[in-house]
Amino acid sequence: MTSVDTERTITVTVNGVPRETTVPVRRLLSDALRHDLGLTGTHVGCEHGVCGACTVLVDGAPMRSCLVLAVQVDGASVETVEGLARVDHQGGQVLHPVQEAFRECHALQCGFCTPGFLMTIKAGLENRDASADLTEEEVDEMVGGNLCRCTGYANIKKAVHHAAAAMKDAQ
Amino acid sequence: MTTKLFGEPVRRREDARLITGKGRYLDDIGHRALAAAFVRSPHAHARIVDIDVEPALDVEGLVAIYTYEDLTGPLAEPLPVLIPHPQLTAPRTGYPLANGEVNHVGEPIVMVVATDRYLAEDAAERIVVTYEELPVVVGVDAARAAEHTVHEEIPDNVAARHHQETGDVEPALASAPHTLSFTQYIERSACTPMEGKGVHARWDADDSSLRVYTSTQASTSVRAAIAAKLELSLDAVEVIAPDVGGGFGVKIVHPWPEELLVPMAAIALGQEVKWAEDRREHFISSAHERQQRQEVTVGYDDDGRITALDVHIWHDNGAYTPYGIIVPIITATQLVGPYAIPVYRVVVESVYTNTVIVTPYRGAGRPQGCYAMERTMDRIADALGLDRALVRERNLIQPDQFPYDHRLTFQDGRPVIYDSGDYPGLLDKLRTLVGWEQAETLRADAEARGRLLGVGMALYVEGTGPGPYEGGHVQVLGSGKVLVSTGLTSQGQGHETAFAQIVASELGVPIEDVEVTTGDTRRFGYAVGTFASRAAVMSGNAIALAARGVREKALRIAADVLEADPGDLEIEEGVVQVKGTPGASIPLRTVAVLSNPLRYAFDEAAKQATQFAGPGDDSKPPVAEGDAPGLEHRDYYSPIRSTFASGAHAAIVEIDPTTWEIDVVKYAVVHDCGNVVNPMIVEGQVHGGVAQGIGGALYERMAYDDSGQLQNASFMDFLMPYASEIPDVVIDHQQTPSPLNPLGLKGAGEAGVIPGTAAIASAIEDATGRRIASMPISPTELYDLMRSPDSEQTAAAARRARTGVSA
Repeated sequence: MTSVDTERTITVTVNGVPRETTVPVRRLLSDALRHDLGLTGTHVGCEHGVCGACTVLVDGAPMRSCLVLAVQVDGASVETVEGLARVDHQGGQVLHPVQEAFRECHALQCGFCTPGFLMTIKAGLENRDASADLTEEEVDEMVGGNLCRCTGYANIKKAVHHAAAAMKDAQ
Repeated sequence: MTTKLFGEPVRRREDARLITGKGRYLDDIGHRALAAAFVRSPHAHARIVDIDVEPALDVEGLVAIYTYEDLTGPLAEPLPVLIPHPQLTAPRTGYPLANGEVNHVGEPIVMVVATDRYLAEDAAERIVVTYEELPVVVGVDAARAAEHTVHEEIPDNVAARHHQETGDVEPALASAPHTLSFTQYIERSACTPMEGKGVHARWDADDSSLRVYTSTQASTSVRAAIAAKLELSLDAVEVIAPDVGGGFGVKIVHPWPEELLVPMAAIALGQEVKWAEDRREHFISSAHERQQRQEVTVGYDDDGRITALDVHIWHDNGAYTPYGIIVPIITATQLVGPYAIPVYRVVVESVYTNTVIVTPYRGAGRPQGCYAMERTMDRIADALGLDRALVRERNLIQPDQFPYDHRLTFQDGRPVIYDSGDYPGLLDKLRTLVGWEQAETLRADAEARGRLLGVGMALYVEGTGPGPYEGGHVQVLGSGKVLVSTGLTSQGQGHETAFAQIVASELGVPIEDVEVTTGDTRRFGYAVGTFASRAAVMSGNAIALAARGVREKALRIAADVLEADPGDLEIEEGVVQVKGTPGASIPLRTVAVLSNPLRYAFDEAAKQATQFAGPGDDSKPPVAEGDAPGLEHRDYYSPIRSTFASGAHAAIVEIDPTTWEIDVVKYAVVHDCGNVVNPMIVEGQVHGGVAQGIGGALYERMAYDDSGQLQNASFMDFLMPYASEIPDVVIDHQQTPSPLNPLGLKGAGEAGVIPGTAAIASAIEDATGRRIASMPISPTELYDLMRSPDSEQTAAAARRARTGVSA
């Protein structure tokens, strides 16, 4: 028996850029992003889909990249934390409101879980009616599937409100 | 004024990279590295009969397999006992790879190195280890009974019998107006940082040097351990803690086997090697903490004042004692908390079990001590029919009693002498913050909604900032940039920000010009580490002293140039100027250039400096005796003893009498860590600590079965709180600066977690009227307790029933 897996070449649009890579079929999306494409901002906290640190957006929907095989996203669009800030006309970095809010509200300490929270909240806020007031229940629901060991969550929830307000103002 | 930033809620400087995916954690390093994976013991106690690696040899990509037989020299010896103690009479440590016997599930036996992680795991799972299983010891009671032994030559399973007393406790108890005795338990939990451990090693064969990145809380000590164990010169080894995804204690243990084995393989193979721990590995082979059986006897008078306290604790230290008896000592000495205890005797028996090692987890023995003391206060109040807050108040050390000597010896070998505090102040603030006096109204309201409500409180004193020392180095460059380094490490505490605030304030420079490096032995070689809430106290003060040294030198040089007295100079916004004389000034960056007599005009800064350079005195050397080139200073802070932070927490719980679900509906914190460098960061530490305290009280435990298998070794089964489990936390502050250090700081890192279990146990007891003597407690356990004919009703509940007040 050999341990070399069958490989596949896949094409994935990552943060708006089409990328082609050849991966073993058993390779996790998290590993492909981190080790094949060099996007180490996506972190792996549990490798069993519970902690949410590895959350990325696949065609706009938050997914645990440690539970998805890289070959499953062939042809899809993947967004990671590296694509969250945009570049303005002068080449400067413009942070996403969720990133701004995390810094402003001290919503991170060690930062390891942060990319997963940022991507989860980005999807949560963008997939709702930004003009409606954000309720506490919505916030709990939005962040309720991601683990953080440092912050006790209070400032993360504060940051969700902060980001929602900023996105509402930007409308 | 942007330079006076001490005490301001400055936004964190580390966030810019961490929110954009540019942090660099261990597994983000070394993409070309070979990957290591481990075969770990599936048995809690067994002899290794045979290791057959043959089936793994045809795995493509396999590079090397190592067993104990491959270890040589000091590496083949047991791992070090880091902190020996005379009362640790039977220390035991494991080997980097098991030597014939395994003593807990998860103990490493074989290391496999392959071209990638998947292939390394493929090879590891093909290796066949044959075991002869041995009887297993799980839990303090089994260890104590000693029907079986963990280490054959230690028949009673006792590693250490730690004993301290401040007087003759037996006559004091005999003459006490009242006494009561009880036994209670507290379970294991663990740090579970979101990032597990990890090690990356790179050997440079050309200059025979080793660079190791490790997710550690103590890079300088890992460096010394690697040098000693791999027989390398210290100067050939660099160890760097990159961004670390949480520590909470587990990463202060060193050297972990992998921190030796990965570098060993990198040297042997001449290639980069990396190991990144997976979650299950972390659960079964990294450290846990907290399990104790506590037997308390207390003597007290009619007012509830304690006259004597006698405590006997059995502490589960797991399979080995690499960290000595630090946790038992901390429990023993911090148990007394904010109270004046006339006579105190404590014995902690630290016992072996066939489980993962027990080493400090945030709080490090303090939550257990607090649980023992605070539940004692609750029992005294209950027995006397007094308000629980009042009994505490009557036993508090008073503000005029500082420095207060408990006549105990702390973990650092120094006396437990409290430096400062205001414990009645804490209690007053807490009563107001939580609404202690309104508890009966709240209880009635809840009852009307069909729920049981209870309130509980717990106070603590936390020895923080133990020595022996930390150092700091501050250097001003000709660019104006101020480089700051300290040897201790960071795991999310915001040191880059807090230390920059200190330097900006001390030196008078914009914080934007300050760059802080921690945990990199290339920059600072001497350090102890980040644990025991010591980083701000130790490195904060060392860095302040270093900055003051730089300031003094800068003023001396500037005074020469400006022909002024150094005392007439000030530094504002990075410019040295004569006070009240606009124009008579020189930028600090120029002073930095002038501080070095050799300055080739590489850049504008050097060119500009020449206008200030004097002709010099031909009769003197260019660098004066006792002086040194460069605008930099290195200094150390070494305290005579620890500082003592304090706090008081209260919890209000509501319990559903159908499901016995326990909701913490309010959690109040009054916190005193002396002067505060950055209140935003301190509050963040409190929030995080409280969440861990609530987790430890209601959700988290290490569910070992009788055969020593950890049944909940995943985040699916180990119930680390999500946001849904953590209530709003209200915080009030008090500041009693420490007189022991220049900045008046006390540590803040661990505080939040300490009283959680005690306060929540008290609240559940208050809500249910049933004695709570084992924590954590789940809804199922509470249900069983409520149904059990053996469960003890509190006297308070009986009184409430008699008076018709709701229970």
